[in-house]
Amino acid sequence: MYSQGLIGADSQPVEDQAFLDAFQRRIDAEEKIEPNDPMPMAYRNTLVRMIGQHAHSEIVGMLPEGNWITRAPSLRRKVALLAKVQDEGGHGLYLYSAAETLGVSREQMTEELLSGEAKYSSIFNYPTPTWADIGTIGWLVDGAAIMNQVPLCRCSYGPYARAMIRVCKEESFHQRQGYELVKSLCEGSADQKAMAQDSLNRWWWPSLMMFGPPDTDSQHSDQSMKWKIKRFTNDELRQKFVDATVPQAELIGLSMPDPDLKWNEEKNNGQGGYDFGEIDWDEFWRVVNGHGMMNKDRIAARKKAWEEGAWVRDAAKAYAAKQKQRTAAA
Amino acid sequence: MTNESGMPLWEVFIRPRAGLHHKHVGSLHASDSTMAVQAARDVYTRREEGDSIWVVASADIHASDPARSAENFDPASDKVYRHPSFYDIPDEVGHM
Amino acid sequence: MSEHLLNTVLQIADDHLILGHRVSEWCGHAPMLEEDLSMPNMALDLIGQARSLYTYVAQLEGKGRTEDDFAYLRGDREYRNCLLVERNNEDFAHTVLRQLYFAAFMKPFWEAMHTCSDETLVNISHKAVKEIAYHVRHCGEWVIRLGDGTAISAERMHDAVLALHPYTAELFEIDNNRQQCINSGLFPDSQALQPAWTSTINQIFTQAKLAVPRDEYPQTGGRKGLHTEDFGILLSQLQYMQRAYPGASW
Repeated sequence: MYSQGLIGADSQPVEDQAFLDAFQRRIDAEEKIEPNDPMPMAYRNTLVRMIGQHAHSEIVGMLPEGNWITRAPSLRRKVALLAKVQDEGGHGLYLYSAAETLGVSREQMTEELLSGEAKYSSIFNYPTPTWADIGTIGWLVDGAAIMNQVPLCRCSYGPYARAMIRVCKEESFHQRQGYELVKSLCEGSADQKAMAQDSLNRWWWPSLMMFGPPDTDSQHSDQSMKWKIKRFTNDELRQKFVDATVPQAELIGLSMPDPDLKWNEEKNNGQGGYDFGEIDWDEFWRVVNGHGMMNKDRIAARKKAWEEGAWVRDAAKAYAAKQKQRTAAA
Repeated sequence: MTNESGMPLWEVFIRPRAGLHHKHVGSLHASDSTMAVQAARDVYTRREEGDSIWVVASADIHASDPARSAENFDPASDKVYRHPSFYDIPDEVGHM
Repeated sequence: MSEHLLNTVLQIADDHLILGHRVSEWCGHAPMLEEDLSMPNMALDLIGQARSLYTYVAQLEGKGRTEDDFAYLRGDREYRNCLLVERNNEDFAHTVLRQLYFAAFMKPFWEAMHTCSDETLVNISHKAVKEIAYHVRHCGEWVIRLGDGTAISAERMHDAVLALHPYTAELFEIDNNRQQCINSGLFPDSQALQPAWTSTINQIFTQAKLAVPRDEYPQTGGRKGLHTEDFGILLSQLQYMQRAYPGASW
């Protein structure tokens, strides 16, 4: 947060048409908006919501994979997984920092997450019962996330774009380690291959849901596109993901759990693309609204870390205050 | 926007290597400057990003007012005589 | 000789793996996000050192076993880590103190290793000493803040000292294998490291307003393979996949 000692962030400009037009002209000229620039309240709120959700997703996302750190089957896999889950924490941290430039504190955002007021990516409300899930998450979930995140590096809000550049740079190993892991299962015993297929069956549809509701139902898309916070629609990104992922599955001998999946020459303006089956949006909304298998466990785990950590944070603050007094007295 | 109940916020600057400037890379929370430097090391230098760290309490940063950008920065735009290309010298002089 | 060396390297390899395992349990559950990054950094250092050491053990043994065979496929009696490193995380006070106790020993250990005669271990020591020096610093700062923070944190820190101090004596224990290594200049003399360890701990405890307890009843046994009850549970997680899918590669 840069707002201390700065003037712009705490006062809200009058949002007359001239102001909104001038703001839109900056956006259209691909100028970056920086923390203390005047901005419409709705732009600020959209960013706080989006960056907050994104940060929460990274933090909650540590849990399903973290579940396997102590059980990773080889030391090589263990260090890769540990480094990856640690990265997710780092990404959450960069993103909270970006949101803090808009005048909302990390504590406030954390409390919104714990109270259920703030959302995070629903994908993390699915369980990771097998080791193969660690590979599948890296391959599909990180793969889908990258599709979403690469365009965000060009987001009109400077701190978000900068955080995303760092995130994307670090993410690049995540999808590769996931795919490599799944590939090694496919090259292993029949049990291992079955484990990989079972995992793909469970994660394929939820990862398609990660791109959000279809464009026809998406409540935030239009304005976000206009403000260049988002650069592609949910359906565009989803299609890109399907087209990229299906051949990757074929290459390692796995099949997608979708009988309606087939190549369509006409798609993507004649370049071809995959048609795929109907997504179960009822399931999507059920999980978004808190009724997935792991929703309650995820929040409970975050709550536990936050509450049980309070005495540690309090101690550090108390020590800092004492040190300040001691220095002043000396 | 001080964060009364939370930990203070720190801005982190990393120097990629000696000879370069420290560059702002992001921020983090820590109770004091010692912990802020350690956290910066753990958060922002995991991939050999640098060899030196500065942390500054965000509250101690003072910035120019964006509403005064025009009066602060636009006046420099027509002072072309500050740049070498403003001056004509004979080609025979060569590089100067 | 190589039998003694193998068994002694295995002790420190196990120390690093088991402590790395414990520290890794914090990832995603730390008291603040910054520590969610610091804890895995330390765990990665420790597991990285364990890998180098197991690889060396495998080479010394020369029977084609791998780092994973040693890390995953032994019975509990065959692990030779000291008991300190297998103790449960309990809370953040226990965790940073356990790490400090261990790192305050390993730092002078690796420094002394620089002048020992085994080339592989000397190489490992040069990398490891930098990592462990940071662990002393980071955990030391936390011990100071918790010890001299609030009344609650001071009490928790005090409890952690009482709980863990009895396990520190084992760091300095010298069994026959290690004695042979020390005699032939392959390993530093653990007991000679005691003053350096004590001085680090005293210095930090003074700032943390903590008293160093007298160890009247030290707890040992790990170097002989006799572990606490927590250890079996740790192994059941660590080894789960390797035991459930024998011979599979991952």
